[in-house]
Amino acid sequence: MAYSDKVIDHYENPRNVGTMDKEDPNVGTGLVGAPACGDVMRLQLKISDDGLIEDARFKTFGCGSAIASSSLVTEWVKGKTVDQAMTISNKDVARELALPPVKIHCSVLAEDAIKAAIEDFKKKRAARKAQAS
Amino acid sequence: MKLPIYMDNHATTPMDPRVLDVMLPYLREDFGNASSRNHVFGWKAEAAVKKARQQVAELIGATDQEIVFTSGATESDNLAIKGVIEYYKSKGDHIITLKTEHKAILDTCKRLERVRQERLDELKLLRLSQLAERDVSPEEVAELAAKHDVENDATYKKWADMPTGGARVTYLDVEQDGRVNLEKLEEAMTPRTVLVSIMFVNNEIGVVQPVAEIGALCRKKGILFHCDAVQGIGKVPFDVEAMKVDLASITSHKMYGPKGIGALYVRRKPRVRIAPIIDGGGHERGMRSGTLNVSAIVGFGHAAQLAREELAEESARILRLREKLRKGLTDALDMTIINGSLEHRLPGNLNISFAHAEGESLMMGIKDVAVSSGSACTSASLEPSYVLRALGVDEELAHSSIRFGLGRFTTEEEVDYVVQLVVDKVRKLRDMSPLYEMAKEGIDLKSIEWTAH
Repeated sequence: MAYSDKVIDHYENPRNVGTMDKEDPNVGTGLVGAPACGDVMRLQLKISDDGLIEDARFKTFGCGSAIASSSLVTEWVKGKTVDQAMTISNKDVARELALPPVKIHCSVLAEDAIKAAIEDFKKKRAARKAQAS
Repeated sequence: MKLPIYMDNHATTPMDPRVLDVMLPYLREDFGNASSRNHVFGWKAEAAVKKARQQVAELIGATDQEIVFTSGATESDNLAIKGVIEYYKSKGDHIITLKTEHKAILDTCKRLERVRQERLDELKLLRLSQLAERDVSPEEVAELAAKHDVENDATYKKWADMPTGGARVTYLDVEQDGRVNLEKLEEAMTPRTVLVSIMFVNNEIGVVQPVAEIGALCRKKGILFHCDAVQGIGKVPFDVEAMKVDLASITSHKMYGPKGIGALYVRRKPRVRIAPIIDGGGHERGMRSGTLNVSAIVGFGHAAQLAREELAEESARILRLREKLRKGLTDALDMTIINGSLEHRLPGNLNISFAHAEGESLMMGIKDVAVSSGSACTSASLEPSYVLRALGVDEELAHSSIRFGLGRFTTEEEVDYVVQLVVDKVRKLRDMSPLYEMAKEGIDLKSIEWTAH
């Protein structure tokens, strides 16, 4: 399969690979996909108390498109607010990376990973609030 | 050392330059039709084909009269299975094969099952029309069948028992090491079984089946034994007499010969008969019509001779390189699994899973090395290899598997390079893999509720 230059670039030089402390109250972790399907994406976002995404890290098990999709979204979400990040859709990812139809699944995972990470962060914050009150 | 490196010799092999040299005259001056009986062009072509037939026969311990040239192994497999089922239809219609066979076998069997099912559907319709005393439409079948219990109707059962032109097929499971269980094979045999089709060497995992034992069992039971021998011939000793094989598929391009030429071995004593699937001028003793591809046949013959002469030395050399590759990878990397029996394996095959590093992604990282992946992520389906799944290989591991195929032209230098490259890339991918991190932390990946399947 011929990949676009952007996919190859992200595959060869993945941005923001790494692990954050998932116990940190300001870190939201999204883990999506399944090993049996050949794709697992973990996206972690460090979010300030006023909802700004300060940092992003990913780890992905999957094909080149899956790695590129997750690497790309870490770049995109940094500096955005949670609400802005929620508007990133898989179509934007697929278009940017020129993914072939069979690889659209990877961009869907990337979108799901953002949503899951933000949801995790919101849950944590709600739990913290409940504890405080 | 030249890049890219070719390590996909199960898919095809490069043509040996010595083979090309013997072919060229038959593409230039000696272009005759081997069936032309009245001039020297034809005689020369005929003589060349006769010699090649002898060379191919000798490689497998057959006689030249038992070799039928075809366009390749897919055609040979089709001819063997369809030809036997058609010819022996009055004797029975049951085939036994393995779940790990090549698609040329499995899809041929599936077609024969469909043919039989269509015929049974027609018969059911006919019988229901008789019982209802009117013409029944296909839409009405279910409703009327409940009323008339056609499945237990004596007349219908008698009709359905007659030859349908199709077949019923048993797809046997293999053991965890990829080999057939001979007891299960024997249990699957019925009085209607006419053919057992089991491959010599599996194309994905390189596992060698106990062909001699299968042959002996089939002979004892009076069942024909077809062996798709494509991946093993010329690399591991194969002898149709010692192994009691009745039909064997062979192809030239997996033994350093040209593509588009193959053969079906059809036993003469005791005689095996097949119905042709291509009609025409009656070439190849009526079993496969079509003008012979003389230059390709000559190349095939020479490739067979070289394979026979060099088999022992070559397989020892390739085995040594394969072991170097295997040790190089498994010593440097943890969590690696060899898929299929290591003991009963083609010298040049290494099918290996690198847990938590995805196969297609690894292939992308080693793009200067041509290998094949057990992950089918590159195709339209996202299903991993059916062969690995039949072995009970975990789906994640199936997605993480790579098939290395070493061959005649693989060098030690190439193996060293590949070991280094693969080790580096697997480490890089694992550093990026959430699964590897979790496994290292001692988290049981099976305990996690995954979001998608």
